[in-house]
This record gives sequence, C-alpha cells and structure tokens, in this order.
Amino acid sequence: MTPPSLATASTSPTGQKTAGGWRIRLATALMLAPMSAWYFFLLVVPLGILLVFSVGERAPEGGYQPGLTLENYVNLSTRATAFGNTLWMAAAGTVLCILVGYPLAYYLATRAGTKKTVLLILVIVPFWTSFLIRTYAWLTILGNTGIPALLEAGGLGRVVLLNTPFAVLLGIVYNYLPLMVFPLFVSLERLDKRLLEASKDLGAGRWATFRQVTLPLTLPGLLSGAILVFIPIMGEYLIPALLGGGKVFFVGNALFDMYLQSRNWPFGSAAAIGLILVVLVAVSFYLWFGSRGRVERQVSLL
Amino acid sequence: MSTRAGLGRTGAARTDPRGGPAARRPRAALDRAGRWVDALFRSHAALVYVFLYVPIALVVLFSFTAGTRSGELRGLSLRWYGTTLGDQFVIRALGNSLVVAFSTSIIATTFGTIAALALSRAPRVLRTVLEGLTYTAIIIPGIVIGIATLLFFVNVFGWLNPWIAWLWSSLGLGGRPPALGPGLHTVVAAHVVFTMAIVIVLVRTRLAGMDRSLIEASGDLYATPWRTFRQVTLPQLAPAILAGALLAFTFSFDDFVIASFVSGPGQPTLPMYVFASIRRGITPEINAIATLVLLVTLTVLFVVQLIYRRQARQAEALRAAAERVEAEFDDLAAGSAAAAA
Repeated sequence: MTPPSLATASTSPTGQKTAGGWRIRLATALMLAPMSAWYFFLLVVPLGILLVFSVGERAPEGGYQPGLTLENYVNLSTRATAFGNTLWMAAAGTVLCILVGYPLAYYLATRAGTKKTVLLILVIVPFWTSFLIRTYAWLTILGNTGIPALLEAGGLGRVVLLNTPFAVLLGIVYNYLPLMVFPLFVSLERLDKRLLEASKDLGAGRWATFRQVTLPLTLPGLLSGAILVFIPIMGEYLIPALLGGGKVFFVGNALFDMYLQSRNWPFGSAAAIGLILVVLVAVSFYLWFGSRGRVERQVSLL
Repeated sequence: MSTRAGLGRTGAARTDPRGGPAARRPRAALDRAGRWVDALFRSHAALVYVFLYVPIALVVLFSFTAGTRSGELRGLSLRWYGTTLGDQFVIRALGNSLVVAFSTSIIATTFGTIAALALSRAPRVLRTVLEGLTYTAIIIPGIVIGIATLLFFVNVFGWLNPWIAWLWSSLGLGGRPPALGPGLHTVVAAHVVFTMAIVIVLVRTRLAGMDRSLIEASGDLYATPWRTFRQVTLPQLAPAILAGALLAFTFSFDDFVIASFVSGPGQPTLPMYVFASIRRGITPEINAIATLVLLVTLTVLFVVQLIYRRQARQAEALRAAAERVEAEFDDLAAGSAAAAA
C-alpha cells in the first residue's frame, strides 16, 4: 500500500496551486465518482443492511422482520460444526498447498533451466479454466466408477473416497495450488543465489542452508501464498458441495441453506458477519506476522 | 517491479556462472547426493503436473464417448457435442454468461482504470477510505458479496416498485406497471464490485512502478498533457489494464456463487446451469460442455497472450526511443557547452 506518487503527473504536476487547480480537482472528482458510487451502493450499503438484518428476526413466512436481538449470534453455536470444518480444513488445505507447492516452486525457480517459463505457465493455465469444471472433474475420478472401482478390482476392498474430508481437501489443493506456487516462485527467483553459495562455502549442508537461508528469505512469499489461498477457502462453497456431498460442509454451504432453502435471513446474516470476522482476524494476523518478520530480519541484518 | 532491474538480474546471472541457476552447472559437478535430490525434485514436479492435468484430460476424453454413461469410453463419437449444441438451455445459459462477463469486464476496466489514475490526487482521507474499500472488496468472500447484494436489491426493489406503480397509475397509463427485479444486470452489478477492485490494484501497481522520466521527457518535448497520457502513460499501463480486463472477464464468467444469489428467475448463467445438471445426474453432455468451455477459455487466453506480447514489445520500443532521445539531448548539451567554452 505504498502511495503511488506520480500516476497522473501528466495532467500537470504543479496544477493544484495554479489557477487551473479547480479544473484538476473537478476532473479528479469526476474520475472517482463512478467507483465511489459503486462502492457506496453495492458494498457499503449492502454490508450495512447485512448488519441490520443480523440483529433482526425471522418473519413467519421466511425472510426478515425488524427486531433488535443478539439471538442470531448466540444461535451461531448450533452451526459450530460448519465453522469448525471451515477453519480446520482451510488451515489444513493451506498447509498441504505449501507442502506440495514449495518443492515445485523451488524446482521451477532454481533447477528447471530453460523450461522454466513453459513449466510456470503450465501451473497457471488450470487456474484460468473453470473452477466448477475442475472440481467436477474429480467427481468422476473419486466416484464409485473411478478410483474405488480400480482399487476393488485390485483386491483392496471397498473404499469410499467421495463425500469425505479427504475428497474436499484434495479438491482444495487441486484448485488453489497455482495461487500458492506463483508468489513462492517469485520470491524464490528473487533470492540471491550467491547467499546459497556462501552458505555452502561456510560448510552448511543442504538442509541447514534451506532452513537458515532459503526459508527465512522466502517467508514473505510463503505468507502471501498462504493468505491468497486461505481467504478464498474460508468462503468456499462449490468444493464441499460437490466433493463433500452434504457430509462435509463449510460455512458457505450453511449460508446457501439459510438463504435459499430455509429462508432464515437474519440467522444467515449473522453467520455471514461471523465469516467476515473470521477472515478479518486471519488478515490481521497475517499483517501482524508479516510486519514482525520484517522487523526481525532488519534487526538480524544489522 | 521495474523491468530494468529484472533485465539487470538476468544479465548478471548470464555473466556470472556461480550466480546462475544450479541446472546450468555441469552435471559432473553434482555429487551423488545432489543427483538424488535433483531426481526427487524432478519427480515431485512431474507428479504435480500429472495431478494438475489428468482430471481435466479425463473430462475431455470422456466427452467423446458414444455411450450414455459418464466416466467411461464406449467407442468414439461426437454425439454429445451435437446434443450440447442443440440444447437451447445450454445455449441460452452460455449467452447469459457471455453478456454478464463482457459487461462486467468493460465496466470494471473502464471505471477501475480512471479511478486508479485519479486516486493519487484525491484528498488523503478520501483516498484512504477508497483504498480500504478496494481491499475490502477483494478479501470479502464472494458468498458474502452475493448475500449482501441480494439483500440490497430486495430492499431497493421493494421500496421502488410501489413508487413506480403509483407514478404509473397517476399518469393514467393502463395495464400492469413495470416492476424492477433481479436479472443479469444485478449479477453484473455484484461482479463489478470486486473485479473493479482487482483492476484498480493492478493498474495502481503498474503506475507505481512506471518510469517517471518518460512523462517528464514528454513534457519537455512540448506534448500536451492529453497527448502525454495517450502516447506515454497509456501504452505503459496497457499490460495492466489488459490483465485486469481478462481477470474480470474470467472471474465473472466463472462465478457460480454470487450469480446464484442475485440472478433473476429463469436466467441461469452457464456455471449455474452446469451445477444444476451435475445435481440431476452426471451425463456425458456435461463433459462436452466442460470441454467446450475449456476450449473457449484457452483460446481467449492465447489471443490475449499474443496482444500482451505485442504491447510489451511496443512499450520496450518506446523506452528505447526515449533513451536515444535523452542521449542525443545530452550530446547536444555537451556540444553547446563546449562551443560556449
């Protein structure tokens, strides 16, 4: 969030103080107007309505009627499973993405040689294809005619893969891996390779070098990747809906149910606010952790 | 951030063999353990690529089955493509999705770009608020945006429609008064919120990393501000704007969650249609639709990549030209200084 300084210096760098200042101010206002209006009407006001609804009551026929109660928030405890599932599987999914993505990013950045660009593009291409289709693709593979049938034919007995936490985690890693690999690749590529040579010359083994040089220096990339992956998983609906089959469900699935099926809008609004709060906590933790890491690195460099 | 630094880096790697990637080291220099580690990384990468591409490949493969069951290949045929293209529900859903994605992309890119250009000149408080809202729009889960927008439109329509009806009857117009309702426009409105935020972030990042000296040079050469913007600023911003437009299009075309909350009855987007079909039972037709969608996205990606490259080349040429002019100016200045002496 560095303040971009120049940007529109082209319009006149010193304009503000000259006679033409009001024209520049007018132009600025006009240019910001559509975006501000959009944010106000379709982000600020809707979130305000969400907040108001969350303290309201459910109308007998479904929907909302005015009220002032915290009951919806208290009742969120009945949805603890959904919140619990979301939290632990988002955390586990992020860790799995790191475990799978880090070695790949490392390979791409340091060992892939001339094939680097092509291989990197190949990681990103699936990210641009339909999320729904990518998730759907696993439905056949994990379903009864897929891997379980192969295992049974191989004499390994019946296994159920679909509608398990395993299936959901698999879907998560499959869909979000590119988002993890990209920032990791960037930070690994920026890494000054001479530091690795220096570490080796000083007698450190591969593992020691990785732990003491590579990992600390690529931690910012790791954190960016983690937050890029963690936040969207928290709001995930499609993966649990398709691969969890109602047995493994997230807050997103509960929200769909509350809004479009049981039509308990006030309760749903409270759950949505709860989800926002959890995401905000995650982001604040990330920012705190990131800034702390930076300070420590600066100190250690001194 | 700056391309120059990037060029410098690769240049250094080329001239200094020790700084270069390990892969460039002669094979013999790797000890036995090193070869093992290398093989491990290699096979891990290979496995990841198998993991990434096999599911998609299977969907494409199964779309060519002649049988009626998904997940198996009984003879090859194009019958499911015929079914898909003859299915008016699929075609209509695809049309809806294209309309939504194009509108979202155009609105988000236009408003996002002009806002990004003006944002640095806004008063500090307003700028902080707008920046905060931009990041909020990006980090809030899509499902919350869908719900909040749904509540907003329900309230707005519930409040406006009686007024419209009252106006209608007091003007003495016959028949049923028109009523505002959800539809594709509400989906676009919700999609623009977060895609515009993405465009703003991309364009501002590019602006921050832009070469200021070019703008100054253009001013020194008596270009008007508008001409400077059109010939210097805009070409340099083009890659970011293009990337923003592409991201906005893809996110909008791909979105299922927000659209299911705010779209009108009987107007499903393609992801909504596909999801409903999967729920009804998996057929090879879904594989055919999926393959067609993959084909379209990959084509768009490829075309954009071509444009992107051309523009990158143009921007590079512009920079080179500017550097030449600068050098000539320096020569002239040195020459006149010498003459004066």
